[in-house]
Amino acid sequence: MEDSTSPKQEKENQEKLGEARRSWEGKTAASPQYSEPESSEPLEAKQGPETGRQSRSSRPWSPQSRARTPLGGPAGPETSSPAPLSRREPSSTPSPPAPARQDLAAPPQSHRTTSVIPEAGTPYPDPLEQSSDKRESVPLHTSQSERNTFQQSQQPKPHPCGPRDVSYNNAKQKELRFDVFQEADSNSDCDLQLPAPGGSEGAPSMLETAIQNAKAYLLKTSSKSGFNLYDHLSNMLTKILNERPENAVDIFENISQDVKMAHFSKKFDALHNENEMLPTYEIAEKQKALFLQGHLEGVDQELEDEIAENALPNVMESAFYFEQAGVGLGTDETYRIFLALKQLTDTHPIQRCRFWGKILGLEMNYIVAEVEFREGEDEEEVEEEDVAEERDNGESEADEDEEDELPKSFYKAPQAIPKEESRTGANKYVYFVCNEPGRPWVKLPPVIPAQIVIARKIKKFFTGRLDAPVISYPPFPGNESNYLRAQIARISAGTHVSPLGFYQFGEEEGEEEEEVEGGQNSFEENPDFEGIQVIDLVESLSNWVHHVQHILSQGRCNWFNSIQKNEEEEEEGEEEDEEKEEPDYIEQEVGPPLLTPISEDLEIQNIPPWTTRLSSNLIPQYAIAVLQSNLWPGAYAFSNGKKFENFYIGWGHKYSPDNYTPPVLPPVYQEYPSGPEITEMDDPSVEEEQAFRAAQEAVLLAAENEESEEDEDEEDDYD
Amino acid sequence: MDADSLLLSLELASGSGQGLSPDRRASLLTSLMLVKRDYRYDRVLFWGRILGLVADYYIAQGLSEDQLAQRKTLYSLNCTEWSLLPPATEEMVAQSSVVKGRFMGDPSYEYEHTELQKVNEGDKVFEEEIVVQIKEETRLVSVIDQIDKAVAIIPRGALFKTPFGPTHVNRTFEGLSLSEAKKLSSYFHFREPVELKNKTLLEKADLDPSLDFMDSLEHDIPKDEETGAQRVKPKDTVSVKVLELHSSGMNWIVK
Repeated sequence: MEDSTSPKQEKENQEKLGEARRSWEGKTAASPQYSEPESSEPLEAKQGPETGRQSRSSRPWSPQSRARTPLGGPAGPETSSPAPLSRREPSSTPSPPAPARQDLAAPPQSHRTTSVIPEAGTPYPDPLEQSSDKRESVPLHTSQSERNTFQQSQQPKPHPCGPRDVSYNNAKQKELRFDVFQEADSNSDCDLQLPAPGGSEGAPSMLETAIQNAKAYLLKTSSKSGFNLYDHLSNMLTKILNERPENAVDIFENISQDVKMAHFSKKFDALHNENEMLPTYEIAEKQKALFLQGHLEGVDQELEDEIAENALPNVMESAFYFEQAGVGLGTDETYRIFLALKQLTDTHPIQRCRFWGKILGLEMNYIVAEVEFREGEDEEEVEEEDVAEERDNGESEADEDEEDELPKSFYKAPQAIPKEESRTGANKYVYFVCNEPGRPWVKLPPVIPAQIVIARKIKKFFTGRLDAPVISYPPFPGNESNYLRAQIARISAGTHVSPLGFYQFGEEEGEEEEEVEGGQNSFEENPDFEGIQVIDLVESLSNWVHHVQHILSQGRCNWFNSIQKNEEEEEEGEEEDEEKEEPDYIEQEVGPPLLTPISEDLEIQNIPPWTTRLSSNLIPQYAIAVLQSNLWPGAYAFSNGKKFENFYIGWGHKYSPDNYTPPVLPPVYQEYPSGPEITEMDDPSVEEEQAFRAAQEAVLLAAENEESEEDEDEEDDYD
Repeated sequence: MDADSLLLSLELASGSGQGLSPDRRASLLTSLMLVKRDYRYDRVLFWGRILGLVADYYIAQGLSEDQLAQRKTLYSLNCTEWSLLPPATEEMVAQSSVVKGRFMGDPSYEYEHTELQKVNEGDKVFEEEIVVQIKEETRLVSVIDQIDKAVAIIPRGALFKTPFGPTHVNRTFEGLSLSEAKKLSSYFHFREPVELKNKTLLEKADLDPSLDFMDSLEHDIPKDEETGAQRVKPKDTVSVKVLELHSSGMNWIVK
């Protein structure tokens, strides 16, 4: 259609102008805005070549005609062919119909964009100067500039009109143009593409009525839904033109459905909507607070302090390394966690802090920070286990206080094993958790051995709320915060590793008499650590060592001998203690000492406990060694030779090849010595009672009878 | 995740801690493009990663025009060379269900499983121990199939069915609103429907046949199997992750 090269086609285009305007009738109503963008584009695009043409008087319409060509419609040819014919009539004739049509054209065109108008308009005056109709055309332009451009743009002339009009081109061009303008304006409204009748006034009116009828039909409101087709089609086409989807015709029905559905959304509600407090906004606000930390008083001094103390770990650096391994949270989230950790270190007197990891939960997740307080600045501990102990004692006392007639039970609650002191063993570090960076950090209570023991037997998902109860068998002593703490302790003990030699034992502090573990509790960084080759770290597991104490079955790291406390019941105590001592002794051996290489870790069903990889096979010289735990899925450690870091991200459960089965209930405990006092006996049934009574009476009777018999015998004797 | 929007989807999915290292990501992007061209798929999705002891499997799936048709599964050990996996059959699934434990990471590894089978020899019936070898590839195929059948979900409205039969991506799908995204009923299982025919007529009357042609998540048992965990980003997008717990690792992000 864009045959701008041949002069013939140009003329055709000019003719098509007029035709396009007619044909456009059918289109404009349905898609008032539709044609504009398209028209403006081709119009503008053609301004260049068009201006070149403008030197020729016959060319000014070419841009518009071209613009119209893309939009050409089938009615074009029909309408355009009569148009030139009609226009050949005295030039005055166009004027009466023109205004009439212009009225029709006015409403829909009022909103046409006028961007193209000035450009399109400028060529017009030139050719029209020579025509007597010029004055009409000019006001046409000015008054209906919008409509003109619109029409012109919207009247792409289909090619079929071309050939017919060629004959008219030469002499009538100017008149044609002028006529076309006027008629085009008026025709804009028409939905239908009726053939323009030949120039007489009767024809336009027929055309008009037909158009109006059609439009009225389209505007008819549906009785079911209250829509009308006219509006719906215009909305749809608007949407399509705005969004410009590909292959729109294929998804046409969907678009139609969507437009209908969109009608039901609230466009304007007289009720004021409060700004919805979406959870997104709340969290964003909290996180914003994180970013505003820098504005504290005495910024300069604080900066120095911060740089000097350096309690905050370089989380981003570790995250970078972990990313090489394919592990980690996204950069954004890590940074926010970083800021949250900074907030933590600012508000608490912390010596050292480490980002331990993230534990996923059902409703919310936990971000865990491992923290070591400064010397002497321990926070007060909540005394919980004392209460528990008292409760146990209280129960047994209650039993004794009651009537002595009740048999005494054997049952003695096992001595609660006291928790380890803070800064030692499983409580070496204090852990803080929060649900999201930005939320306040909560300190987790220290862990009790009983909690660890039971945590080993249950498998529960975390909900994300620290106060949620943990309902399980065996019953877990505590709520979710305790369970979380216990799992954290187990994971740390099981998976925190470091390259061999990074840590070394501190100086001997003299023998420790109380605990007999044979291991050292403390270690310190080795200043002479030279690093291990990454390849070595990957190939051999003996290059990695645990630097967290192993937790014994008892639930503690340092063996607690409960025998020493029980001095009362020595006999039974000794028996029990002996039994305990043996596993105790074995426990000592099994509990590997600190800094044992992980090659000593046990396998799970022929699966090695650790998997080592190089982070990248493609670039081995800069790769890092990555350790993945198979026992605790989600525990990772990396090292690049000199630096190392541990991280956990997961659900907080140990790996087991079989599904979890809760432990079987133990048999009912023989609490009381068996004897007639407590042995159950059936109550006598009615018959038995009666029989018993009868027997008793029989005995009485027998006794009486004997007496009576003796009397009778005596009487008989007399006879 | 669509190969086109891989990076963005990876970023969104990173909350659970599993991500891809830069070299894997880069090689994935290029190799998935090539896979799409070579196998002439309409869409290539990066399904995920199965961790093995020695190596990890990276899984991709190719879809044809019809979204609900059987997907072709490919696996790769290094994100560069992809091999096609055979489609899963019932037999395979049954066979692999006896294998427990971690994946090795070597597709030619064979698991040995001893079964007692009754062998009839003449009149005598005695049991013989037969060692059944199950290839890891078979196990991989069946595991992927099971995971897909159980937990692959898609939001309502993302696919629509035409009267001709094939299912198409709904290009006019603009996402779910926040309240809709929290409800389980706005998600479907991305597989052939199993329960649809069991619905009562009343329920069926409410359904739109072009959109509601898959099983909804609402009726899955146990009821609390799936939970919605909301993770919010500071901009105005909300990510809702629906975590499928019994497979512990499948996350769906709806933005």
